[in-house]
Amino acid sequence: MYDIIAYEEASCIEEAIKLLVANPNATLISGGSDVLIKLHEGRMQDAHLISIHGIKELSGVSMLEDETIVIGSGTSFSKISKHPIVQQFIPVLGEAVDMIGGPQIRNIGTIGGNICNGVTSADSASTLFAFNARLEIQGPDGVRTVLIKEFYKGPGKVDLQHEEILTTIFITPDNYRGYGGHYIKYAMRNAMDIATLGCVALCKVKGINQIEDFRLALGVAAPIPMRCTETEQLIKGENFTEELIEKVGKTALKEVNPRTSWRASKDFRLQLVEELSKRAFRQAFKNAGGEQ
Amino acid sequence: MQLKKITFKINSKEITIEVDVRESLLDVLRNKLHMTGVKKGCSVGECGACTVLIDNVAFDTCIYLAVWADGKEIRTIEGEAKEGKLSKVQQSFLDEAAVQCGFCTPGFVMSTTEMLESGKVFSKEQIKKELSGHMCRCTGYHNIMLAAEKALQPAKEHGSECTGKCHK
Repeated sequence: MYDIIAYEEASCIEEAIKLLVANPNATLISGGSDVLIKLHEGRMQDAHLISIHGIKELSGVSMLEDETIVIGSGTSFSKISKHPIVQQFIPVLGEAVDMIGGPQIRNIGTIGGNICNGVTSADSASTLFAFNARLEIQGPDGVRTVLIKEFYKGPGKVDLQHEEILTTIFITPDNYRGYGGHYIKYAMRNAMDIATLGCVALCKVKGINQIEDFRLALGVAAPIPMRCTETEQLIKGENFTEELIEKVGKTALKEVNPRTSWRASKDFRLQLVEELSKRAFRQAFKNAGGEQ
Repeated sequence: MQLKKITFKINSKEITIEVDVRESLLDVLRNKLHMTGVKKGCSVGECGACTVLIDNVAFDTCIYLAVWADGKEIRTIEGEAKEGKLSKVQQSFLDEAAVQCGFCTPGFVMSTTEMLESGKVFSKEQIKKELSGHMCRCTGYHNIMLAAEKALQPAKEHGSECTGKCHK
């Protein structure tokens, strides 16, 4: 039995917010693949849970008239990677979330939970950083939106008040149209593992080999997911060459700040930053239709 | 103690029971419904031994609150053989001797069943990926791969139209 002292089920977002307001010590549970494990391991005790599991309005992928992609925070990873909109317009996000855990975890885990945990290793987070995703947050006072890069405040800390719920993730067309992308997860195993380093590159090509736009985002390269903006600026407008690839790796190294953990040393992570940035850039360039 | 009455289908049979909100679906299936083919392994969603199909999708029941089963359709290994005849996946596991100690076998069978019923064709690498939620630390996966490949072979190569759904 889980160490739960009270359990309430919300049938809609408004009800969930009301329950959160009424219960200052309550914890929101959606997929449960983090919360229930914390409870099992005793890292959380006497939990008062408010379940938003199965709230229909929080789940699903759709597209607005202006072609903004809308992802409900309660959408499971497998629903995201299998969704035709994701596969057609932002396949790299589908590829990234398809590397989380194993199939059963991807059937229960949600993209909203992945972000709200605030961990740097979240496979969906670096990709959403690259897409400049905007997050919609609902609370008792209404709705507000925040860019994902402003949402992360520190390890395990995100810009979310107790009575607020992340409801929706938006990716606007100017952030995905024409981009080719590639995500690399480096871990000790191909499945059921947490990223030692995660690296995503998005690339837009002008002509056959000029880099019109370039985005590089990393997970576990710093306390929170990050973009390598200096590297991005250096690469924009350049022609794709082997030297340019080297430049991506070397410049990215100057921007990151990984730590030594039991999973890997700082030095090893630095090596991964350099190598994976190069590989992700090369593949993203190809995926964007570029030719060397 | 907080109880909640829930109704769900278990292996095609509808039941209504009272569950404790603290219980996992795994605990309810094993302790209240005596479906002991659903195995308790790691309890943290890593080994896949407790896998069942919920609305025909594979889930780890150890990290699934029992109350969430309300209104769902659950399939466990106990319901896979029909009228004394093993399902196609079960038969493939038997033919290939796809067991080491057998503890993880029900979970493997349920995930392979989901794959079979999807109607998709899987490469060897894709099978490994789809079954990765069951692979933890054993060395006995060779025959399990053979069994899954056998079960998932397109029906034409078998010279039969059986998709495994009919249990004929």
